[in-house]
Amino acid sequence: MFIITELKSTIKVDPSQFNKSLAEVSKNELNKKLANKVLHNVGLCISFREVVSFGDSCILPVDGSSHTDVIFRYIVFRPEISSLITGKIKSCTRDGIFVTLGFFDDIFIPKDELQHPSRFDEVENAWVWEYPLEDGAKHDLFMDVGETIKFRVIDEEFVESEPTGPPETNSESTSTNTNTDNMKPPYKIFGAINESGLGLDSWWTQNSGEVEDEEDDEEES
Amino acid sequence: MEIRNQKHQVLTNYEVLMALRTVKDSKSSHSTKNLATITYETIQYLENTPCKDQTQENIENFIIELKKFGRLTKSEILTMINDPPTLPVHIQLIVEDSEERLSETQVDEIIELSKKYFPNAS
Repeated sequence: MFIITELKSTIKVDPSQFNKSLAEVSKNELNKKLANKVLHNVGLCISFREVVSFGDSCILPVDGSSHTDVIFRYIVFRPEISSLITGKIKSCTRDGIFVTLGFFDDIFIPKDELQHPSRFDEVENAWVWEYPLEDGAKHDLFMDVGETIKFRVIDEEFVESEPTGPPETNSESTSTNTNTDNMKPPYKIFGAINESGLGLDSWWTQNSGEVEDEEDDEEES
Repeated sequence: MEIRNQKHQVLTNYEVLMALRTVKDSKSSHSTKNLATITYETIQYLENTPCKDQTQENIENFIIELKKFGRLTKSEILTMINDPPTLPVHIQLIVEDSEERLSETQVDEIIELSKKYFPNAS
């Protein structure tokens, strides 16, 4: 779920900071620049980890600041595709379920990736897994807001924020595109809960004894 | 910003929690609001996962004992540390083609190990 990414950047040190060590200034600058931000194709940057090496510092003719190339490592949230994550249900819509981890909430489980068969309950505003019972009846398992949910990462999407051109210059199709693009989060994760063991924990812990035909009897150990 | 190595190293949730607690206690987190926010929120999340009760020793011993199942991949082991399996269905989720790669006894053994080293999980 979390990785360390090695990056390179140029650090500008203002003369007022010359009394501090380069390592300390870089750490502060890089945390200011990256913490809690999404870096395109890298992930959500969490916190500075360590400096690997500094290049030579130089001063440019225009100002008194020193500029130094620094190679450093940063803790990044970037779950691998097909890995498992546990989060909380943020909201349900007819299109699927939004999940939050608290520090990251651009996670979406499309309705086609839910347990089958599931329906959307308009009154409760929640998705319901219609668990089939042996006699043909079904047992409604609600996915309410705030419940803990385990899902598998199936896809990710990075959107580069680009400056939008002057409005209405192109044909209609592109103008509608720019409007929706503005709303898009820079990094989005898509999840699925359509496997045994995924979804709400209670579905599997409570039922495991009754529903599954257990081959071996309770073992004493 | 230049990306030199996108995935230099993979961290367990435990390592992230330890690193962020250090950040939170140091002065640097007060200087920038973004850092303070993300460390606070990430710690909040991690403290609700099994890693809050883990120790480096437990994790190391767990990994050593898992070695006897030889065929587990690194990312499968990482998942077992971050979210210790307590039911056979968890193993099915974590280990790809688990039915072919692990016998039923091995699945039970892994669950026993996970319960032994991470008793407060789930």
